Order: sequence, then C-alpha cells, then structure tokens
Amino acid sequence: MEQASTHTSSQSDVLPQVEDDIPLKVKLKRAERMRKYRAMALIAPLFLFILGVFAIPIAIMMWRAIDNPEVVEYLPQTAIELKNWDGQSEPTPELTAVFARDLVLAYKEKTASTVGKRLNYDVSGMRSLISRTARKFNRTQPVQATMDDFVKADKRWAQLRYWKTLKRASGSLTPFYVLNAFDMKINDEGEIASVPESQAIYSNIFWRTMWIAGVVTAASLLIGFPIAYLLANTSSKVSNLLMFCVLLPFWTSLLVRTSAWVVLLQKNGVVNSSLMGLGIIDEPLTMLFARPGVYIAFIHLLLPFVILPLYSVMKSISPAYMRAAESLGAHPAVAFVRVYLPQTLPGIGAGGILAFILAIGYYITPALIGGPQDQMLSYFIANHANSTLNWGLASALGAVLLVTTMILFTIYNRLTGASGVKMG
Amino acid sequence: MKLQPYATMGQKVWFYTFLTIAGGGLLFLVLPILVIIPLSFNSSSFLSYPLDGFSFRWYEEVFHSEIWVRAIKNSLIIGSASAFLATVLGTLAAMGLTQANFRGKGAVNALLVSPMIVPIVISALGLYFFFAEIGLNATYTGLILAHTALGAPFVVITVTATLQGFDNSMMRAAASLGANPVTVFFSVVLPLILPGVVSGALFAFATSFDEVVVVLFSAGPEQRTLPRQMFDGIKENITPAIMAAATLLIMFALALLSVLEYLRRRSEKLNSPS
Repeated sequence: MEQASTHTSSQSDVLPQVEDDIPLKVKLKRAERMRKYRAMALIAPLFLFILGVFAIPIAIMMWRAIDNPEVVEYLPQTAIELKNWDGQSEPTPELTAVFARDLVLAYKEKTASTVGKRLNYDVSGMRSLISRTARKFNRTQPVQATMDDFVKADKRWAQLRYWKTLKRASGSLTPFYVLNAFDMKINDEGEIASVPESQAIYSNIFWRTMWIAGVVTAASLLIGFPIAYLLANTSSKVSNLLMFCVLLPFWTSLLVRTSAWVVLLQKNGVVNSSLMGLGIIDEPLTMLFARPGVYIAFIHLLLPFVILPLYSVMKSISPAYMRAAESLGAHPAVAFVRVYLPQTLPGIGAGGILAFILAIGYYITPALIGGPQDQMLSYFIANHANSTLNWGLASALGAVLLVTTMILFTIYNRLTGASGVKMG
Repeated sequence: MKLQPYATMGQKVWFYTFLTIAGGGLLFLVLPILVIIPLSFNSSSFLSYPLDGFSFRWYEEVFHSEIWVRAIKNSLIIGSASAFLATVLGTLAAMGLTQANFRGKGAVNALLVSPMIVPIVISALGLYFFFAEIGLNATYTGLILAHTALGAPFVVITVTATLQGFDNSMMRAAASLGANPVTVFFSVVLPLILPGVVSGALFAFATSFDEVVVVLFSAGPEQRTLPRQMFDGIKENITPAIMAAATLLIMFALALLSVLEYLRRRSEKLNSPS
C-alpha cells in the first residue's frame, strides 16, 4: 500500500505534464460512476414511461379496492356524526338531524343514488331505502328530524341494522371489497364472518380458476414433454421442420386460434362430424360453451410455452448420461426416470409455472369458448368493471389475481434465474 | 432419434408408440390452424366440410366492407406506431441494462417487464380508469401508449439477449478513434444488434396486432381494430368472413415467422466460428 503511494507521488514528480494529480483510483471510480449514470439515463425514458402509463394506473386502480368515498363525500356531516354514535344504542338525535339534512342535499345534487348503490352492496334493499327516504324528506323538509321521522318515511329505519350498515360505510377507507372478494364481510356485531353459503361465490371462482389452470398446465406438460423430446433428439433438419408446427401456433393471433376452436368444436363442427363419420360417437358431443372446449383450447394455447423451455433444457442434456446408465445395467425406463427426468426438472418447472401464470390470466378464450360455469377470475373482474359497475369489487378481485400472479412469477424467476432456462 | 438395428420387440413397440404420441401432439398443434383456411374459400356460408364449392366471396366481403378495412387500417396504424415507440424506448433501456450494474437493477428490470406478466384484464382496467381521468379513452393516442407499454418488455428482452454477446470494447475502440456516442451507436452498435432490434420490433408489433382486451375497454368505435372486429364476429355470428380474416392473420404469422427464422439463422452464422 505504502509502496504504491510512493510510486504515484514519484511518478507525478517525474511526469509534471500530467495536468491533475488525482490518483488513478479516484479517476477510475469517477469513470465508473459516469458509466452508471449513463446507463441510468438510457433506462430512464422507458422506466418513467412504464411507471407513468402502466404501474401507477394499476396502483391507482388497486386503491379503489379499499377506497370508500361515497358516504364521506356525499353525506359529509352524517359521516362525522356516525363516528360519535356508538353503533349499539339508538341513533342520537344529532345523527338523525344531520342525516336527514344531508339526504335532502344529496337528493338535490343527485348523489343519493350513488350512496344508495354503495350501501346496497353491503345490505340489499339499502338502495331503495335511501332513495325513498331522500325523496320523502325532500318533500316534507323536516327541520330536526328524529327517529320517528325516519320510521315514518320508511319503517325499516326502526331496525338498527340499517343504521349499522351506514356506520360501517362511513370511513374513507373500507375493508369491505377485499373481504367481499374472499366471501367475507363485517357483520352487525362488528366481526369478520363468512357470508351465507348462497352468496359465497368468489372463493369458488378463485378455486375454479386455479383448478382449470392446474388441469391445463398438467395436460400441457404431459403432451408437451414427448414433443420437446422428439424435437431435441432428432436431426436438426427434421427438428427445424417440426419446430414450425410449434412456432406457427405460437405466432398466430389468439383470436384466430380461438375462432378456429369455435368452428371446430361446434355441434355440427369438424370434430363432431369426423367423430360421427368414423362411427366413434352416435350423437354430437357438447364441447363448445362447456368445460371440455375450454380445456382443449387452453392446452392448444399453452403448449408452445411449455414445449420451448423444455426443448431448451433437453437440448443441453448429453445423451452420454442415458447411455452410461443403460450400460451399467439400468432398464431404459429406470434410466429415464432416475437419470433423464431429474435433469429436465428446471424445464418442467419453468414451463409449468409460465403456463399456469398465463392460464389464470386468460380472458378472451374462456369468454368466447366457455359457458357461464367456466368463467374465471378475469371474467368477473371485467364484468364488475363493465356491467355491474362495482369498481371496488372489480379492483379487489383484480388484487387477488395480481398478487397470485406475482407470487408465481417470483418463483418462476428464481427457477429460471438459477438454471438459465431460455424461451425460444 | 433412431431405432437401433438390435432393438427388441418391446423397444420397437415403445419407439413407435412414442412417435405416435409426439406426432399426434404436433398435429394437434398445427391442424386446427390449417383446417380453417379452406373454410374461408367455401362458396356457401356453412363452416363445415365437405366444402360446397370454391369462391373468393368472403375475401371480397372483407375487403369491400368499410368496417373491416378500417379495422385493418387501425390495427396497422396502432401496431406500427406502438412498435416504433416500444423499439426506441426498449433498445435504449436494454443498452443501459447491459452497460452497468447498479443498486436496484433487479427491481428496475422487474418493472420494465411487468406489462408482460400482469394479467391483461388488470392492465386494461387500470388503463381504462387512468385514461378516463386524462381524457384518453377512445383516442388513438391512448391505445398507442397502452400498446407501447405492453410491447416494450419484448424489445427489452430480445435486445438484452443480443447485447449479451456484444463486445463492449468495440464501442471503446470507436470512441477512442474520436466518434461521439451517437455515431458510435448508429455506425457500430446498431448494425451489430440489428437482428435483435428487428425481432423485438416484430414482437412488439405482433403484441399490438393481437391485443384485444385493452381495445375492448378503451377504444371507441373509431378505433376498432382487427382483433376487436373478430371478437365481435365470433361472439355474435361466426361467418366464413371471419375465417377469411383469420386466414389473412395466419399468413401474417407465417411471414413473421419466416423473417424471425431468417434473422435467427443469420445471427447463428455470424456467431459461429467458420
């Protein structure tokens, strides 16, 4: 160390034409830092673009899953008074008075229906209750409305549960939609509880999504494995030709492949008429708008994503291992299971997880090929966003799907990062 | 894959069983796509075999219909604009990612490829709400921006892969000879990584060309694209005209595949020592 420093100083003595006396180490560091900054400057445009046009919009949407603006915004005084009410005894006179006043205002501003819609998600009947009461109060204009006025307007107000619903919805944030996505809710006792069996649909849909994705992933691996093996172990001329059969569907539009299956699987479609022509079946099978069609179309969509990583892994496995095992006396089947199969595990893992991630996110294909009983999470997210306009629930279900995807992708990244499995 | 001359009976059976299974799988992959092509030339409106006769009427219907023609135009406009933006942004980012290591690089990388991973319904819904706030729903700008975000990860991945084999000392050599960074990029780096950039651009174009969910949420009637038009057709009444459009898209996929294959072989030849 000392020697090095004397060396530099002696050098600067000998070479006075060096303009600065900054040690090389510092200069190197500076150059390194410059390189880093330049790299960041190159990445910045896309980074900011994806952040602004993609990540932040999704984050804002996720916020809607806990955002609860209706009561706070359109019944502002009521929201404050609801905090002072204990939620167990009869509503205070202050509460009933401001609630009536807020309702009349909301009726005039035409926001009462928005509030009613929000409360209706929690307890059905709230929409009509709110609009009726608001309309009546707008006519009678009670100065200091009491419980009696409310009961007179609609006798349901005598029941405490409607007031409790109102209190539950009075915060600016709510766990309501997220709990809803897991078929749970906060009941009148203020505890988290499962909703009645008849209303519990979303956990059912979540597991249906996982089940369909699991079935098609497993089937794709089973069908894809021999194909990948054939591609990896044949002459490059043949394998190039066969690879075409894998890559053509891979590059063909999803809509084209979906429309092909709609045509093929129809009642009088190509598959049914060939099977009947061959005498295998007597009457047409129902495949379209039913589960078999969804499975078939999904497997067709996913196969290339399974075959390509498997092929990439198998290509790197030396045939010498199998030969060695067999020459040592292992039965080919044993050699395959104990020697070959373990080496393909990274490919099976990567291809399988990738297929599963894609499968749980598909929307178009189940929407066009499946029946009502085959719709998956994506469909319900789109449905709540487009038809029922329950954006909170759409976002909460979206969060469930997104978190599931992110967990799976982390696992996928670990697998491919460690083993270097490549696509294509 | 060859059967040894000394193979036993069992091995022979197993070998042919295996070939049948693998071959069946390959047919399953490619047949559904090939089967619909003849249906688009059927002279009647039935979508089943045997064909009633040969005709181009469904292609005429597609090319003479204002809706279809506009849909094709829209797809080309949105596809090429978004592919261009994605390629520029993605190539720059890939250069940055391969030039230096810095803290948080993994996280940056994850963000850059996230549009590829996030389920499309979530992306579409998030963009729909966002565009509603800033008035970009039912505009070309909105769709182009959205498709740029969806296509950029493919450019980042393909160009990064190409740059992995790139020798950085060539950039230093050019710079030491007095070229400024822009010249270095256009006359040294770009020609060498061009196959990767072109594949990335094609990937981005294909992504936009195939995308329908964002279009379903955010596009107005003016911006109807080809996949959107097909989606409606399949949903309401599937006619041979849809098959004609599908056949055109299959031809497009074939062209894409050939270009990519050509690029792959070219770079393989360049990289392998001769």
